[in-house]
This record gives sequence, C-alpha cells and structure tokens, in this order.
Amino acid sequence: MMSKVSISHVAVLIITAVLLATPAQVQSSEQKGLEIAEERKARDRGWGDSQADASMILRTASGQQIERKMRMKSLEMQDDGDKGLTIFDQPADVKGTAFLNYSHAIEPDDQWMYLPALKRVKRISSRNKSGPFMGSEFAFEDLSSFEVAKYAYKYLRDEKINGMDAFVVEQTPAYEHSGYTKMVVWIDKEHYRAHKVEYYDRKGSLLKTLTMHDYQQYLDKYWRPMKLSMVNNQNGKSTDLITHELTFRTGLDEGDFNQAMLKRAR
Amino acid sequence: MKSLWLRNILHRPWWVLLVGILFIAGAGIGAKNLYFRGDYKVYFQPDNPQLLDFEKMQEEFSKNESATIIISPPQGSVFNPQTLRLIYELTDEAWQTPYSTRVDSLANFQHTWAEGDDLIVEDLILDPDNLDSDAIDKIEQVSLQEPNLVNKIIAPDGKASVINITVNMPEKDKTAAVKEVADWVRALSESYQQQYPGHQFYHTGIVYMNEAFAVEAQKDAETLVPLMLLAILAVLWFLLRSFTGTLATLLVIVTTIVATMGLTGWSGIFLSTATVNAPTLIMTLAVADCVHVISSMLFALRQGKNKAEALHYSMDINLMPIFITSATTAIGFLTMNFSNVPILADLGNVSALGVMLAFVFSVTLLPALLMVLPMRVTRQQEHKGRGIEVFGEWVIRHHRRLLPVTFVIAAIAVAASFHNRVNDVAVEYFDHSTAFRQSADFQEQHLSGMSTVDFALFTGEPSALNDPQVLQAVEDFSQWLREQPEVDHVNTIADTFKRLNKNMHGDDQQYYRLPDSQQLAAQYLLLYEMSLPYGLDLNNQVNLDKSATRIMATMENLGSKEFTAFEQRATQWMAERAPALTVTAASPALMFAHIGELNMDSMLKGTLLALVLISGLLVFALRSWRMGVISLIPNLLPAGIGFGIWGLLSGNINLGLSVVLSMALGIIVDDTVHFLSKYRLARGEGKTAEEGVRYAFASVGRALWVTTLVLVIGFSVLSLSSFALNADMGLLTGIIILMALAVDFLFLPAFLMVFDKQQSNEGVRE
Repeated sequence: MMSKVSISHVAVLIITAVLLATPAQVQSSEQKGLEIAEERKARDRGWGDSQADASMILRTASGQQIERKMRMKSLEMQDDGDKGLTIFDQPADVKGTAFLNYSHAIEPDDQWMYLPALKRVKRISSRNKSGPFMGSEFAFEDLSSFEVAKYAYKYLRDEKINGMDAFVVEQTPAYEHSGYTKMVVWIDKEHYRAHKVEYYDRKGSLLKTLTMHDYQQYLDKYWRPMKLSMVNNQNGKSTDLITHELTFRTGLDEGDFNQAMLKRAR
Repeated sequence: MKSLWLRNILHRPWWVLLVGILFIAGAGIGAKNLYFRGDYKVYFQPDNPQLLDFEKMQEEFSKNESATIIISPPQGSVFNPQTLRLIYELTDEAWQTPYSTRVDSLANFQHTWAEGDDLIVEDLILDPDNLDSDAIDKIEQVSLQEPNLVNKIIAPDGKASVINITVNMPEKDKTAAVKEVADWVRALSESYQQQYPGHQFYHTGIVYMNEAFAVEAQKDAETLVPLMLLAILAVLWFLLRSFTGTLATLLVIVTTIVATMGLTGWSGIFLSTATVNAPTLIMTLAVADCVHVISSMLFALRQGKNKAEALHYSMDINLMPIFITSATTAIGFLTMNFSNVPILADLGNVSALGVMLAFVFSVTLLPALLMVLPMRVTRQQEHKGRGIEVFGEWVIRHHRRLLPVTFVIAAIAVAASFHNRVNDVAVEYFDHSTAFRQSADFQEQHLSGMSTVDFALFTGEPSALNDPQVLQAVEDFSQWLREQPEVDHVNTIADTFKRLNKNMHGDDQQYYRLPDSQQLAAQYLLLYEMSLPYGLDLNNQVNLDKSATRIMATMENLGSKEFTAFEQRATQWMAERAPALTVTAASPALMFAHIGELNMDSMLKGTLLALVLISGLLVFALRSWRMGVISLIPNLLPAGIGFGIWGLLSGNINLGLSVVLSMALGIIVDDTVHFLSKYRLARGEGKTAEEGVRYAFASVGRALWVTTLVLVIGFSVLSLSSFALNADMGLLTGIIILMALAVDFLFLPAFLMVFDKQQSNEGVRE
C-alpha cells in the first residue's frame, strides 16, 4: 500500500517535472519572473483610490511596544507610481502632520511634508527611500506601490506557502539608492498576492522579513492584507502595520493630492 | 605508606610509568574540549553590574561596537580629489563588512540644508567624479564646522579621516566573528592602499581591541612557551650537567602541561589571554620540584650510593618540603578565585591544578624515569656548595651591620609601595610594538581617544524626549561634557535638532537653537528620519518610544581612576541639573575601570586568606608557633619591597597585578620553609642561632639559589609578553621572588641571630 502510493507519487512528480521543464527551456527564469510581476500588476489595476485607518505597533527585541496611528489616502496612477497622502494622528506631538508622496519607479520620489507646528509645507529633497518610517522597521520604500518597472525579476522556484501554491520570485531593485540588494517574494498562484518578502541588505545578508496576513477582497477583485508584519532579522525589532478600515473609490482625485491640500488634510 | 610508595616506584618503575601514561593520555584527551575566547567580555562575570548596564543600553538603542579605519593622506589634508574619492569608495565597500549594520564617514554624512522651503538631504560627498575645487571647498567647510564630525570623523586640521563601521556581532562564538570582521576590514584597507599609494590606514575600535586581545594571547602561546622550554633546558643543563636528568625533567614538565591542559579541557574552562600563560607558570614551578629531586639524587650518587639508594635518599628528604611548597603555591593560586575577573580565577585554578600535578609527577613519574634511564655520574668532590657557604659566613660576620642596613632599605622600599595606585588603562595593555597600540596612539594624536562613555538619559515617558525642557537638559549636559578636559567628542541629538531648526528656517543661523515646542521637535524628527538612508537612522541616539536618548562621549584614553571619577562627576552634575531624568553611564572603558577597583578589593581579601592559610600550613610544617610567626617577616617583606620597586618603576596597578600578591606569596613561602626548617633542625639539636644559620646556608643555600634562578627566569619570560597584564604580572612576580631570596639570605639570618638568641624551648622539647 505504502509503496504503491509512493510510486504513483513519484510518477506524478516526474510528469510534472517534465511538463515544467519543457517550457523552461524556451522561457528563461527572468522572463517568467517578469510575467508573474506583470500578471500581479494587471490583477490589481483599476482600484482607483482608497482611504485607510491604520496603526503601527512597534516592538523592541525585548518585547516593549508602542502604537502609532495614521490615515492613508492613495490614488492609483496609470503610467507612474501611485500618489499617497499620510496623515499622522498619534503620538500626539505629530498629530496633523501630513506627508505627500508621488512615488516613481526609478527616480527619487517627490515628497512634501506639512508640519502643523511650523505651519509650513516643506519639500523634502532626498534620494533616500530606505529610512525608517515613523521609527518603525518599515522603510518608505517597503510601503510604496508595486510597479513593474521598479525591479528586475527572476523566477526561482515553486513552493507552498500557508498551504497555497506559490511562485518564489527574486526582485532586484532598479532604483540605485534602494536600501536593498534584492528581495525574495512569495506570490500565490491563484490570486497573485504576495505573502512573504525577504529583504537582503547591501552585503547580501537577510535583513528583514515581511509577512502578509488576513487578506480581504474589495470590490470583488482587489485583495488587501489587513496586517503586515515586518521583523528585522538582525536586531530582533519588529513592526506590525494593521489596517482597521479600508474603503475604495471614495471619490478622491489628483486635486486631493497636491501641496495646497496638505495643510487642509486633517 | 611512604615506604610502600617508594618501594613500588623503585622496584616497579615500568608499572608506574604505564599507569602514569594511561592517566596522562586519559586527561590529555580533554584538550580537544579547549577553545579560545578572545573578546573583552571574558574579563567580566555575567552579572557584573557595569556589563549589565552596557548590555541594557545596547538593547535600548542599538549596538555600537565598531571597527574603525583611520585614513591618513600622504601629505596635507584629506581635502583633495584623490583622498575624497578614496573615502567615498571605501565607505561604499565597507557596507559589505560581515555583520555590519552601519557605516559612518565623511562621504555618507547626511548633509542637510535649505533652499527656500525645500529641505535637501544629501551625502556630503555626492559625486566623486566631479570634485572641483569649489566642491572640495564646500566639503571642507561643512565638515570642519559640523560638531558631529570634528574630532570623530575628521581631524580638526583635516589631516586624517575616519570610516566607522558599526557591527552587530553574534554573542555566540564572538572570537571567530571578531577575527572575521578584523581580517575583512584589514584586507579592504590593503586593497585601497595599493590603489591609492601613499595613504596610511590604521585600525582601531572595539573590534580591533578584541582582536588584539586574541592576537596577543596567541602570540604569547606561540613565542613564550617555546622560549620558556628553551630557557628551562639551558638552566637544567647548566645546573644538573646530566643528560638523563634534563631529559627526565623535560618529560615531567611536558606531561604535567599535557595533563593539566587536558583536565582543564574536561572541566570546561576555556582558554583566554590569562589562561594561555598557565603553561608557562606551571613549567616554571614544576622545574623547581624536579631540580630538588634530581640534585639531591646526584649528590647521593656522587657520594658513592647506587641509583636506588640515591633515589631513596632524595625522596626521603624531599617529599615533605616539595609537598608543603606545592601546597602553599596551590593555595596562593586558589585564592585567585576571589578575583572578580573570571579568567584570572581560571588562571588560578588551572595553575593550582598544574602545581599539584607537578608535585605528583615529580614524586612518581620522575623517580621511575630516573630509575629506568641510564645515568652516569663522575664521582667527585662536591665543590659547588662552597660559594654559598662562603657567602653564608660573610652574612654571619656582618650580621650586626646587615640588619639595620637591610631594615632601612626595606623600610624605604615599603614606603615607596604607597606610590602605587590601582589604575587600568585598557589601551596601554598593549605595548607600543603592537599594531593596535600604534593605531590607537595615532588616533589619539590626530582625532580622539578610542575610549567612549555612553550616557543614556531616560525620561520614563513616551515622546517626552521632544519636550523643550528635556531637550534643553540634553543640550546643557552635552555642552557640559564638551567643556570637560578629558572629553574629545560628544555625539548628541541636540545638535541634530539645532541643525534641523536652522534648516527649517531657511538656514537662518539665528535659528541654530533648539525647537521651542514639543510638537515642532517631534515633527522635525519625523521628517528627518524619513529622509535618511538605510542604516543611518537615529536608532543609535533615540529609543523606540522617544522616551530616552543616548549621548556618546569619546574620551581620551584614561586610567580607571579618572574614568570612574568622570562618570561620578557627570552623573552628579546631571542629577543636580535635571533631577527628573534618570542617567546611566556605560561603556567597555567604564567596565574595565570598575572591574580594576572591585577586583583589587576582593583580591586583598583573597590575599589575606592566603596569608592565614599559608602561615597555618607553615606552623604545621615547622611544628612551631614561634617559627610560624617569625616566618611572616620573610613571607611579607619581599612583597612589600617588590611593590615598592614597582611604585618607583611605574606605580600603576592593573588587573594582572592584583593577583600577584597571593600568587607570589604561595611561591616565596617555599624559600622560607626550606631555610627555617633547616635552621630549626640545627637549633633543635642544641646549636646556637649562628650555627643554625650556617647549617641552613650549607644545606639549602644552593637549592634556594637554584630554584630562585629558575623561577626568576620563568617569570622574566612571561614579562616579555607584549600584553601588559601578563608582562607586568611576570615582571613584578619575578622581582618579588628575587627579593624573597635577598630577604632570606640577608635579613632573615641577621634577624634570627639578633632576636633568636634564647634557646628555643619548643626546640628542646622535641
């Protein structure tokens, strides 16, 4: 009985391997990686705009934690990176601070910040996208929208993750000043959602691991994780980004994402 | 019991050797468990309060152990296209360093400035391909005015610049990690030295200090142990003039080392900068045992006895003295367990074990070996005793003058011993020949010391760091630190706030001051943190919930006294200035500063116990209370004189020297035992003090001279170490042992002849 099972198992494996190996000869792993990325982007196109209430839970290696609260507005752009507006609510001393970002794939983002204590909008001219976001383990780079042009791709292998069949794809940032040398992403085959990302630092060591939890579907099409969990593998710190409420197509347009609006964004 | 043991050895030497070999082999296998730990943490017990403070601070903020590269251009300042390009490229590649988490240099310093309402955040050396004189002038101007950089990253005269690589090394197998990082960074520097000829590269920082500990220990093991063996061979040949005797002694020494290090391995003790010298110590002490046994045997052989008889004679007269001297030496070593430094306690235990094994082997293996090895002795008159007897007569003749003269000299020396003070300068553990010391000296000359003291200021409340009052306290404290003469550089978040405030007001110099509201400060920080690149965040200065900040002071390479005094002054100043803030200070330098004093206190207790135990053993050995009390003089005086000489030579008592007292006590007591026991023997037979002294000189004078010679040579070899803890320990112990002989030969006889005129009652009773 046992041997029968394993023989049929092996047979299936061999057939699968042959089937997989045949197209692999005509398609390079780079091509396959790119195709997965394009499919991932295609499935997420057309969501328009969204508004979210979110918390960040920052934890030290010894388990102390602190919460930060914010609201995030996003606007989908067709030929460029998305636009984002983040309004900070907690801690109290940064309440009302608003951050506007036009993300770009291979150029520095355009960034403005409104400081209510100064009553002024400041443009931030920095090529850095990898600094800590609100002192968390997330860099701004990790939170900005997924764009195909941001990376070079390489399909690595198939693997199961959380019981789902998934592609494992290596992404190399095209942006020169990225904080990472590469990322390894697990994308499920059914919905092309990322479930896990490993970030590698400049010396090629594993720096951080991001896992996505509690995917919800919106507008019958778009999947969003309600919890992002980032663990720094080098210093033991971690941050959870939790979405409390998320609504799509709220009627935001480009007029809501300009410098003038920053001051009024409350 | 004793005769049974002797018969077995003399009649079945092969059997004894077989058992011995089996035991040594069994013990020796334990050597496979030995491993080496070279990091500085081996000097601290896991519950050492300063270590705990340091680790807590590292956890609250980020680890700040670093490997530092100092670059010195061929001439002039670093502000030339070539050197700046070198710094740029080297900085970039330094991120590849194993375990690195952060790289700070002139190149990636995050220069911020304003253009209207634009805040520009840029690397200071942005474009190495377009370094015209304007760009270079700007870099020079910015860096020499930036408090974060001057003295830390750039020399005030621009003649040297630093690339600081922060590493997060695993606590497990740290020694290997240290070596990996140190080798990697050195190789990196070497490749740039070839690309940019004329530039000099120096390496300092905690990583290289750790490496130096390991390298010096290894160097000691590689050079001192063979040197010691050579010295022993030479001395043995000179003293014994017997091939067999020399060979047998060598075999006993080697087997003692093998068995000791093997048992050390079984016990789980690791090797360290301290324990790596245990073999040298043990060899020295083991030779003394063997010399006693063999020279007595040779004496008997020359008098016409056969080998078995000669060995029997030697064992008979030597067993007890060798046991007593070994036991007292072992007690001296065992009291090193009082030390607060775990590896010094290890050294004590390993050496005590070695000394007792040396005793066992020199009364079992040694006679068995001598029994089976061929031995030829030319029968001749013993001439060699003559010299020492002539010397003894001279002492007896002049004892009335010797007593006051030696007394005065001793008194002066003991008075000089008060010149000593407990002082550990960690950098000075390494002598000027070591690469690490040369680098540290270069750094101190051009930039700063390499010692740091980190201060953490806790408000106890999330976000409270942004409170203007708290920030003002942080600023005041930073300024106070900068005013202290021993402080070279202060890294403080207050500077960042002032700079941002200026940037946010269109670079108006008037706004180079702290933000005046908590909201403003918090919003600056939020904005600034987001604009920084990976690795250059503020985690090393500000904790997670912004309730605390770390101020990092770079200090001159001071001694322990100055460090602890500075720490106290600083925390006290802050307690008065801002009582609501909790301040802790921590750093490796402070850890060494505290351990030095703590250790001295506990070692004094240990030494006192050693003195009581050893004196008790002497009373037992000499079977006389009176002699036991008299023995205190020759036992204590040498240490007093030795430390007096040290007071004149150096006056700095470091960690290594704190254990010298109890160690030396255990060794010098041997001379006293031998001399007083022979003296007492003569007095017991009804002879006068003068005759007693004469007899003591004649019977043990030469043996004492010989063993002292061996011991002094042994400790002199140790003093050749370029690691000061070991070298100073060897030198001072050698001095004390030499002084012990002088006291026993000059002061003690004169003292006995003046004060011990009465016929000893105890002696008569026996």
